[in-house]
Amino acid sequence: MTTKPDYLAIGIFVAFFVLVVVVGFLASRWKRTSEVTNLHEWGLGGRSFGVWITWFLVGGDFYTAYTIIAVPALVYAVGAYGFFALPYTIIVYPFVFAVMPVLWRAAKQQGHVTAADVVYGHYGSRPLELAVALTAVVATMPYIALQLVGMIAVLSALGLHGEIPLIIAFAVLAVYSFSSGIRGPALIAVLKDVMIYVAVIAAVAVIPSKLGGYGAVFDAADQAFKAKGSGGILLKPAQFVPYATLALGSALAAFMYPHTLTGVFASKSANTVRRNAMLLPAYTLLLGLLALLGYMGHAAHLNVTDNNDVVPELFKALFPSWFAGFTFAAIGIGALVPAAVMSIGAANVFTRNFWRAYVNPAISPEGEASVAKLASLAVQIGALLVILYLPIQFALYLQLLGGMWILQTLPSVVFGLYSQRLRAPELLSGLVAGLASGTWFIWSDGLKPIHHVALGSFSVSLYTGLLALAINLVVLGVVHLARSLGASRAHVSDSVPVRK
Amino acid sequence: MMNTNRSRPRFIQLLLLVPFLGLLDAGLYNLAEPKLLGFPFFYWYQLLWVPITVFVIWIVYRSMPHDD
Repeated sequence: MTTKPDYLAIGIFVAFFVLVVVVGFLASRWKRTSEVTNLHEWGLGGRSFGVWITWFLVGGDFYTAYTIIAVPALVYAVGAYGFFALPYTIIVYPFVFAVMPVLWRAAKQQGHVTAADVVYGHYGSRPLELAVALTAVVATMPYIALQLVGMIAVLSALGLHGEIPLIIAFAVLAVYSFSSGIRGPALIAVLKDVMIYVAVIAAVAVIPSKLGGYGAVFDAADQAFKAKGSGGILLKPAQFVPYATLALGSALAAFMYPHTLTGVFASKSANTVRRNAMLLPAYTLLLGLLALLGYMGHAAHLNVTDNNDVVPELFKALFPSWFAGFTFAAIGIGALVPAAVMSIGAANVFTRNFWRAYVNPAISPEGEASVAKLASLAVQIGALLVILYLPIQFALYLQLLGGMWILQTLPSVVFGLYSQRLRAPELLSGLVAGLASGTWFIWSDGLKPIHHVALGSFSVSLYTGLLALAINLVVLGVVHLARSLGASRAHVSDSVPVRK
Repeated sequence: MMNTNRSRPRFIQLLLLVPFLGLLDAGLYNLAEPKLLGFPFFYWYQLLWVPITVFVIWIVYRSMPHDD
């Protein structure tokens, strides 16, 4: 790839970044309901976001810059298998529609800010709260770091190398999320999403006509995979179950992360969440078309050393430089929105479930906001240091593990909304069993997300996160039964009908 | 917590499982033909599930009380 700076593209990129800084600062004054800076204001925007702002915010932090770079890169590398992101981001919405309004209501009624708050409110168990909170923060950190991978890809396509541009971009992120809280990314998400829609619609409308139509794009990709001897534009039978379980497991995990939950909790009603479950699939359509940029890379005969360069190189090769600059600005800003929401989500967890739980239980709402602001800064600096000083592969592996880890919190966060029968020790046993077994499988499989299970003549390969969730549920069920049996036996031996 | 005991909305909510049935058996749609606008079946079939899923959720949405 060329390393010569493209000044027109850089100029447009910088202009949009300056716009983001201005919008980010103005956001702190936007839709304020009270002058007080407390955690509900800073971390959840006062739970005031309506349907459209929630749509932009959740769309902006669920479909991240990393997604825009990585999904086409994976499709470019392996073909149809990389497309699991599409069924994943479809089936997530029936789940969101059914579960998230119930979770929103539980959080609203008791003033909860995080999933771990909900868990503590329901079970009254500090150990379970801590396990859920710790899992959430650890799973989110590498996700923030990966947003920088998207940023690096567009910066280097602009010819901007080295650490300085990345540090400047991060300073923008840190300052606006510090001063504006969730309102900053919410307002910037509107700008970012409109830009991304323009870029992707232009790409899917214009690029195929330059490359001879979609038929030719699929044919070119098919031939490239055949020449390479791996991958393909259809799945191999052995990939059916991994494909489906990756989609299902990712869908169940997606809204357990602090950043997606922050978007849900910041909305103003359960109905806002329901209507978003119907509107957010518009982004999925975009993602499906975006994924095809990977095949367009084959049709355009791109020669990239790093798969993550496919999208930037495609735009550089097929569009005038001003439009490439616009697209890169969209992706760059697209990295800032989720990175801000993720660090705010992680900071909310730190403040509520570590600081308030263990350091200062008597903390005031204003004090919570101060702690959270500093925590978000610390999280962002941590992510920047990870990217600057550790191999990117390290963040990728951690993010892979993070998806499996966060999925294990689902029973603790969700089951209590529907049943009063479970107790904290059972959920904690299941959670720990799921985390331990999943980590062990992924580690022993050479840091791959697919595990092979053989039971007698039955054998199957499936997403490790889902396998670990199954183990989690079995342990949860067994401990629950043991406790129930123990309780009823104790009841019999007392032979006094104390309870009805 | 589903804020209603009426059986009709609860039954309709089972519709939310339909997208899972349509998408989680990849062997069902791992086909090149028939093509649509140059897209192999595998791709346009899955993209088609985006509007179908929105429609299914909308059916469930309108069957339930919007209490807020």
